[in-house]
Amino acid sequence: MGRVAPGMMAWGLVTGVAMTTSGLPLRVVLCMSLTVFAASAQLSAVPLMLAGAPLWVVWMTALCVNLRFVIFSAQLRPHMMCLPLPWRLVAGYLSADVTYVLTVHRHADSPPASPDAPAPLAYFTGAAVVNWASWNVAALVGIAFAAQVPADWGLAFAGTLALLALLVTLLKDRVSAVATTLAGVTAIACHGVPFRLHIVVAVLVAVGAGLWMDRTLSTRARA
Amino acid sequence: MMSETLMYVAVLGLVVLTAVTRAFFFLGERPMSLPDPVVRGLKYAPLAALAAIIVPDLWFVQGHAPTAWQDARWVAAPVAAAWAWWRKDMLSTIVVGMAVYLALKLGVGW
Repeated sequence: MGRVAPGMMAWGLVTGVAMTTSGLPLRVVLCMSLTVFAASAQLSAVPLMLAGAPLWVVWMTALCVNLRFVIFSAQLRPHMMCLPLPWRLVAGYLSADVTYVLTVHRHADSPPASPDAPAPLAYFTGAAVVNWASWNVAALVGIAFAAQVPADWGLAFAGTLALLALLVTLLKDRVSAVATTLAGVTAIACHGVPFRLHIVVAVLVAVGAGLWMDRTLSTRARA
Repeated sequence: MMSETLMYVAVLGLVVLTAVTRAFFFLGERPMSLPDPVVRGLKYAPLAALAAIIVPDLWFVQGHAPTAWQDARWVAAPVAAAWAWWRKDMLSTIVVGMAVYLALKLGVGW
């Protein structure tokens, strides 16, 4: 996580700047930045709040933007169930794209976390806390120095590069390379889809394609 | 624009929504068994999600289809990807990618 943190900080900074320059009152920006730990939900809520959209529209949009995490939560479940409900909610609150990807990859074959074998949960917690802290510090810096951060530094690109590095280092076999490429192409093809649902569609396509390739390859191996 | 009080209500709702959606499948106590193929298929989900976030970020220009081929990101991203593959290191990947990107953008004016 420490290695992805610089990229996440670049993104946090950009998000802080974007929210501050949006025209929302500074107090609201600060409150939102520190409490809502969901960059894409925040950024899609800001213009709606500025436009005076009804509350349910703001919330529905955030719900759709967060939909990919519903899929992610299914994979995190085995490692979470040893926690009491309030802490599971906290864990959900703290989970982010990077935390999820790192935990699921690192502990793909680990048995469910338990008091005797807490490693997966400990890994998740460590990643989540580092991510949460660096994100919030960066966002606060972005809010404080919004006027001084020039747009042409391409800071958002640093965030994308961090995820790109993560993706490349995690790619292991050919089937997941094909499934991942397919997800990228699908995401471009579905870009017009509202609420960032292109991510959900791309994940579903990749999962379907991956399963199909697994099945085809195993039948061929048996033949 | 919403009133400021309403904005705080909106923010509070966002906090709750974020926690609940992200914890969705581990909220219930009852044992949950997803069909086996689904579980196996989900191993493709993390990398797919990353690709679905990264690729449109690299392809689109301010949310629109690109019109020119001279885009610093299209040189910097493959260089960074190759570097990441070779060195398996994230921090240096960001540095290399940003160096190429800024050199093209500020130096050559792409």
